[in-house]
Amino acid sequence: MSLTNDQLQTVAHLARIAVEPEWTEALRSDLNGILEQAGRLDDPRLNDLEPMAHPLDQVQRLRPDTVTETDKRETLMAGAPAQEQGLFLVPKVIE
Amino acid sequence: MSQFAIPSGWEVVIGLEIHAQLATRSKIFSGASTAFGAEPNAQACAVDLGLPGVLPVLNEGAVRMASLFGLAIDAEISRVSSFDRKNYFYPDLPKGYQTTQLARPIVVGGSVTVTTGEGKQAREDTIRVTRAHLEEDAGKSLHEDFHGMTGIDLNRAGTPLIEIVSEPDMRNPEQAVAYARKVHAIVQYLGICDGNMQEGSFRVDANVSVRPEGDETLGTRTEVKNVNSFRFLQRAIEFEIERQIDLLETGGEVVQATRLYDPDRDETRLMRTKEEADDYRYFPCPDLLPVVVDDETIESWRAELPELPDAKAERYQSEYGLSAYDAGVLTSSRATAEYFEAVVAREGADAKLAANWVMGEVAALLNRLECEIGACPVPADKLADLLERIADGTLSNKLGREVFEALAEQGGSVDEIIEARGLKQISDTGAIEAMVDEVIAANPGQVEAYRGGKDKLFGFFVGQVMKAAKGKANPQAVNDVLKRRLDGD
Repeated sequence: MSLTNDQLQTVAHLARIAVEPEWTEALRSDLNGILEQAGRLDDPRLNDLEPMAHPLDQVQRLRPDTVTETDKRETLMAGAPAQEQGLFLVPKVIE
Repeated sequence: MSQFAIPSGWEVVIGLEIHAQLATRSKIFSGASTAFGAEPNAQACAVDLGLPGVLPVLNEGAVRMASLFGLAIDAEISRVSSFDRKNYFYPDLPKGYQTTQLARPIVVGGSVTVTTGEGKQAREDTIRVTRAHLEEDAGKSLHEDFHGMTGIDLNRAGTPLIEIVSEPDMRNPEQAVAYARKVHAIVQYLGICDGNMQEGSFRVDANVSVRPEGDETLGTRTEVKNVNSFRFLQRAIEFEIERQIDLLETGGEVVQATRLYDPDRDETRLMRTKEEADDYRYFPCPDLLPVVVDDETIESWRAELPELPDAKAERYQSEYGLSAYDAGVLTSSRATAEYFEAVVAREGADAKLAANWVMGEVAALLNRLECEIGACPVPADKLADLLERIADGTLSNKLGREVFEALAEQGGSVDEIIEARGLKQISDTGAIEAMVDEVIAANPGQVEAYRGGKDKLFGFFVGQVMKAAKGKANPQAVNDVLKRRLDGD
């Protein structure tokens, strides 16, 4: 398949990436290459293979349900651009 | 009860998605606490904040609790399940994706039995569950004014949830509410969710569509979100049904959309339409390996299952001789069942009397005080004391209610209240005979009429004796003595 300009714009919007018009062609070509690579998975010879959830042939380790983290709010919030009353402040998101 | 009825000629199709917060001590992927009500962001660690370089480690407790739910509804527990990323941008989702299970959920299938109506109208239906999957909750956005900015509290971020998705098997709002209540009861019986709807521990989204009766294809559906009580769930679905049918009957069409229920206005409002719907670009989460659960572990979880609402209701019928309806009401929540069982645990307790009181006086009191049964001002042992005094004839039902009110208002012991208020029922035959004789002597005209065939006057005599006894005479004894004196002579 080949990506249209509209599809590129949609993907860019979903990813919240501003695509400058002069990048469009180069990006489209890169993405088409990636899609072509992924498209190889459609090879009929792969039809009988069980899809993998993960490339490692291992099983998820579980941790016991215990609280191991203490309050590190001060340290963790130190890098926040804005904060008040223990809250991170971000640009207003409600319409 | 509302006056709602589905207009004839239309069929309603409802499916529910329920998010239940799991009652683990720590989060699904981190060791931060999940306790409610902490200082903002005091329980958000580096993993919950999505800082670079951190890795999630799955909480065994969350896997166990989700599986317990699956076992309780007779579902398949996936021997292998896996996590996916659902990508969207919102400030209370710091990683930019929610870790959830799309392709291989932990719980597949299962069903829940619901009862609607009572007496002859009662019917039982099986609602199928499609799946239940594990995922993480997001944080909270506070839109109050912080100088035109939004405040973010990430304490809730990473709290484990199960999302329980039903098949579109419900055909009216009552059924949908009965299903939601049953699931609510099951998660509480299992102890895997506190069920607190106000705090958001148990949230329900309803998918509603309508179609002309007999149609095979489903109508366009809308999804109603933001419903935080069973009453609102009923109203939101009723509103949606009426709105959709109105649209279709006036030549309009239903637009697939997400709507919000506004309880103040009792209506649903458009939130976003399908065209604006997010494309979540799911993909397998590379940070988490497949989760494998073996048969032995599943069997050990199965052994943990408590007596669930349906089994309990059946036992109440066989063991206590209660009706199906009463047994259903008493087992509808774990707290109510525990209260009832504490009352009937008393030696010699009359289970039917206890059932009537729990569903009558206790329920009315809780309704009036708007409180949960766990916080009932008349604890189960006090009610057991009271019922003992009714059973032994010290109190009539009527006087019992007076003692109950006193217990609710001021506390104290049942016997103290009976003593202090002089509420003891008069069961002494001699005293009752004396009162009956006085009433008969004072009303010769009525006695003559009664004996002449006016049977209905019997009630008049009972009333007169009760008046003389200030309502404290044992009604059965009064009846017996009156009958003897009036008919026997």
